[in-house]
Amino acid sequence: MFLPRLVKRSFGQSWCLQGVRWLLALLLFGVTAVAFAADFDAAVQSLNGENFTVKEASIGDVVDTGHERSSTVLESMLNGLLYYRKSDGRMVIVAPVEQGYQVQDAASGEDLGVLGKRKVRKIAINNALRTSLRNALARLSLSSTERDVRYAAVQEMLGTMNKDSRALLEDRLAMETDERVRDLLGTALALYKLDSQDRDVRLQAVQDLDGSIIPQVRNRLVGLLASENDAEINRVLKQVLGSIDARLQLYSLAETAFFGLSLGSVLLLAAIGLAITFGVMGVINMAHGELIMLGAYTTYLVQSALPGHVELSLLVAVPAAFMVSGAFGIAIERGVIRFLYGRPLETLLATFGISLILQQLVRSTISAQNVTVSNPNWMSGSLHINEAFSLTYNRIYILIFSLVVFFALLAILKKTSLGLQVRAVSQNRPMAKAMGIRSEWVDAMTFGLGSGIAGIAGVALSQLTNVGPNMGQSYIIDSFMVVVFGGVGNLWGTMVGAMSLGVANKILEPWSGAVLAKILVLVFIILFIQKRPRGLFPQQGRAAEH
Amino acid sequence: MKMKLSENKLLHRMMGAAAGVALGLMTQAVQAADTIKVGVLHSLSGTMAISETTLKDTVLMLVDQQNAKGGLLGKKLEAVVVDPASNWPLFAEKARELLEKEKVDVVFGCWTSVSRKSVLPVFEELNGLLFYPVQYEGEESSKNVFYTGAAPNQQAIPAVDYLMNDLGVKRWVLAGTDYVYPRTTNKILEAYLKSKGVAEKDIMINYTPFGHSDWQNIVSDINKFGSAGKKTAVVSTINGDANVPFYKELGNQEISAEDIPVVAFSVGEEELSGIDTAPLVGHLAAWNYFMSVDDPANDAFIEGWHKFIKDENRVTNDPMEAHVIGFDMWVKAVGKAGTTDVDAVEQAMIGMTAPNMTGGMAVMNKNHHLSKPVLIGEIQEDGQFEVVWETDGLVAGDAWSDFLPASKDVIADWTAPIKCGNYNTKTKSCSGQNYE
Repeated sequence: MFLPRLVKRSFGQSWCLQGVRWLLALLLFGVTAVAFAADFDAAVQSLNGENFTVKEASIGDVVDTGHERSSTVLESMLNGLLYYRKSDGRMVIVAPVEQGYQVQDAASGEDLGVLGKRKVRKIAINNALRTSLRNALARLSLSSTERDVRYAAVQEMLGTMNKDSRALLEDRLAMETDERVRDLLGTALALYKLDSQDRDVRLQAVQDLDGSIIPQVRNRLVGLLASENDAEINRVLKQVLGSIDARLQLYSLAETAFFGLSLGSVLLLAAIGLAITFGVMGVINMAHGELIMLGAYTTYLVQSALPGHVELSLLVAVPAAFMVSGAFGIAIERGVIRFLYGRPLETLLATFGISLILQQLVRSTISAQNVTVSNPNWMSGSLHINEAFSLTYNRIYILIFSLVVFFALLAILKKTSLGLQVRAVSQNRPMAKAMGIRSEWVDAMTFGLGSGIAGIAGVALSQLTNVGPNMGQSYIIDSFMVVVFGGVGNLWGTMVGAMSLGVANKILEPWSGAVLAKILVLVFIILFIQKRPRGLFPQQGRAAEH
Repeated sequence: MKMKLSENKLLHRMMGAAAGVALGLMTQAVQAADTIKVGVLHSLSGTMAISETTLKDTVLMLVDQQNAKGGLLGKKLEAVVVDPASNWPLFAEKARELLEKEKVDVVFGCWTSVSRKSVLPVFEELNGLLFYPVQYEGEESSKNVFYTGAAPNQQAIPAVDYLMNDLGVKRWVLAGTDYVYPRTTNKILEAYLKSKGVAEKDIMINYTPFGHSDWQNIVSDINKFGSAGKKTAVVSTINGDANVPFYKELGNQEISAEDIPVVAFSVGEEELSGIDTAPLVGHLAAWNYFMSVDDPANDAFIEGWHKFIKDENRVTNDPMEAHVIGFDMWVKAVGKAGTTDVDAVEQAMIGMTAPNMTGGMAVMNKNHHLSKPVLIGEIQEDGQFEVVWETDGLVAGDAWSDFLPASKDVIADWTAPIKCGNYNTKTKSCSGQNYE
């Protein structure tokens, strides 16, 4: 302000003056910069406080400095990468490398080389610290260039609105261009205004929040309903809450349906192999669960053989599990079951014995303990449709996978010559033989196919649940239930049966509890079988008569 | 003459040989009487093998270490291992075998409450001595059992106190596996929470079967229950491997420990060693021992364990510490009594102290339960726990909960003159029956 006038007055003089000013400013800037850096340094070093309260205060200090590295430091702390050097106590950010840690100075970012694991120690954090770290980072990332980062930042601040954050958010709203972020900013500010002393402001805020399904909004409105005295506001409040609840109800229904379908997809995967061996061939194979287990262990072994390649290992595991379980299946059929055709009770006992043998085989060759099968990153987390409704990725993929397997199997049975022969043998063995089909070979292949599919189911299940020697046991009963319910010998029946049992289970679970829901479903199936002994979709025609 | 001599010689030789054999037999007999037999009753196969095999190894290690120190009462210790195969009735049979056939002087064993209940009549009938190392639901005290694991007031109640006072939790989900330990513990917790003024609608109770794997809607319900504006926590008595899909589902539905912390009573280092702990970071567990605790006794214990098991990656956990303390106390009690006679050792045990692996001394109380510190830890990425809270001093194990109406007047006291496991302080009588 002062400078331009000087410039106008006398160019020469001002030139000189300006030079001095610049020099001074530079000097001053240098001093403040040094002091600033020193402040930041001190704040960072104090993150290693003796207890969590001290550390929490230091996080505030780091944010207050406004230093450009503060978000880097806090983010490393949140991710458990902030350490201190034991030799001099300096705070460092580490990146694991082979010989130990690649270490950089936390405050300055200066590279300090590689240090051994024992030379540094981690800064411990707890849940309270994680919360305040996230909050601090949200404040810092409000001006991020990434839309999603800004959205998450506002979301983080929703619950803890105060004067400071209000000013911050209002500033942001003034320059925000993205529609979604603007909406959320509006919601956050409206939430803050609910506390206003002014009646009209409150009323306006309530109206602004109409239709919002963010949990915090509903909680605040319910809270306000209890304390609000103004009749007009109360009327609007009830109306707004009513519309919010109606929307939530709808999403909750959709959620239950999805949970049911995803449970159904697991049942379908487990049962579909059995639909071949039991449904088409009529073999009661109690070792079916163990064939699933072998598939899951194959996934584990493939993953151990390909460390670091989770996606690739899954891709390899699908055919590998099919081969392994299929081979075991063929061996079981050739070794035991073929001598027992037409003697279901003996088959049941023999295959039950096989199931025990397979379990013990895994226990003694691999481990009695459960093994870890890792998931690819894209399978964790969830797909957010909106605030009240999100679908977990792993379930979505399993649902898709089960349908792919189902239709592939259907195609094999309907379109290939093996499928034709399988159907021929299962419908009329003597006639098929008369037509020159090697029924023994078909039996072995069919059993191998069913077992192989069970192995593939094992790959999918290894992504959802524990892989251990006993895992097959938990699926055998469910699988039989699905096949019997859907109608023996009918793949579509298995599919519809699995899905409807899954949905029924999930509808029952909320009001009866998980234990009772299972019992109720079982009772229902028993009653259903009394009425329709051949299941939902019985096989028709002469073949079904015997 | 010559003949006779040689005959004589032969006779001599034969006699010598016979004597030698007899002597050999006798020394063997003496040796057998010269060992003190330690029975190990842990499942080495079946579902519980995962947890119990480690405890068998722990006892074997302790026996080894004691023998290296010169045994006990001038005799060597000898471990007798049997496998009850996670089969509850078989536990009773194997206990009988240990006591009647093997004539062991003490038994270290059992994990699940149902297995303990199964062997209890056998130990009382044959007057055996059992050290039970696992946290349990309480409501029991037998003259023949020493409970070195935590009673509910040494694990569940302090954990709830921590959540309530330090984290400001107002709404509670009590989630458990459907069997006796979670049901009794939750009954106690529910009564305790209500006594602290928590309303009925702020408590959600959920039971699931063993090995439950589809947690989608339960986790979604917990999330809805927890997003009602009040700080919510889950108190989990979910047992065994059902925990893995449970925590995975929490992670997938993006519920972090900051939103809704889960405090577990059955998840320890051993359970975490087999799984990816990334989604679990920040969730809590309450125990009397954590492997991460910095204490010389703990360092020595871990070092000894790694040396014995020959694997640096094996972890230690709370029930292992309970065996270490129990074994230490038993050795001292036998030394003090000068005999392995059960009645003498039982009396010598009361008031016995042994160092905790986490610092301080554990004390065996009159009710056969220990006084131990209670720690609360947060799960870290490496599968270890970071201690975030601990009780000021020792907490005395309470055999009969003060929060259940039926058992609040009942105490256990195995010293004269009461000598009773369920003494009613109101009626001043020993009822001899179990309260539920």
